[in-house]
Amino acid sequence: MAEQDAAKKRNTREFRNINAVKDLPKYRLPAAGVVSILHRISGFIMAALLPLIVWALDQSLTSELSYARFIGVFSAWYVKVVLLGLTWAFLHHLCAGVRHLMMDLHMGMTKEASKTSALAVFGVSITLTVLIALKVFGVY
Amino acid sequence: MDAFNKPGFGTTRKITGAGYGMRDWLMQRISAVVMIVFTAVILVSCLLSKSTGYAWWAGLMAHPLMQATAMVTFIALAWHAWVGMRDIWMDYVKHAGLRLTLHVLTIVWMLGCLTYAIRALWRI
Repeated sequence: MAEQDAAKKRNTREFRNINAVKDLPKYRLPAAGVVSILHRISGFIMAALLPLIVWALDQSLTSELSYARFIGVFSAWYVKVVLLGLTWAFLHHLCAGVRHLMMDLHMGMTKEASKTSALAVFGVSITLTVLIALKVFGVY
Repeated sequence: MDAFNKPGFGTTRKITGAGYGMRDWLMQRISAVVMIVFTAVILVSCLLSKSTGYAWWAGLMAHPLMQATAMVTFIALAWHAWVGMRDIWMDYVKHAGLRLTLHVLTIVWMLGCLTYAIRALWRI
């Protein structure tokens, strides 16, 4: 009730029993919420592409020849893009996961700290992805 | 379909629910830590090594300690991904039969990837 009253006072719209089509586009998800849904999406992407990852591992280990072929395949720009997508998924999932583990240890449990750590997840994962992307495309 | 969800007697749990306990919650954390440790080991090995290329990479992964660590990590990964995917199906798929089908397909997918990974690691 207290939250509803506060919402009325601030004159903001109150969402209950959210409809995916009608409400979601207008719903302003807090940073921690965006981290959470992306944690799920990144996990799904990696699980779906797991055979590709294991294939890459297999190719890189089997022989000198398959290793060279593996390097060749991964020099095509569109393969690099897929790989960078996986890199982002991994980094985001890792950072959001570490945030989860810290909260399990009761670190950063306040509303403010939760927002800060959510922004930190974006900061670290996106920065690292961009750095790796620049390296992969030979900028430095 | 309704018989699966509400039998009208006894337990009303769905046949495709979670373990209704803390085991999966705990396993999700333990497997995550295993994967974090493996990531750190690989990262440190890359940073410390002076050489690169196939000989170095295959040599690193052929070490018995590394092979065992990688194996444990892949088992943790398959388990972790199964729990995560199952949570997704349980949140969005309400039809018990469809959900059960997706659960089975996920298990087959993960076991397939796991055996492929084990084969790759053992052949070095």
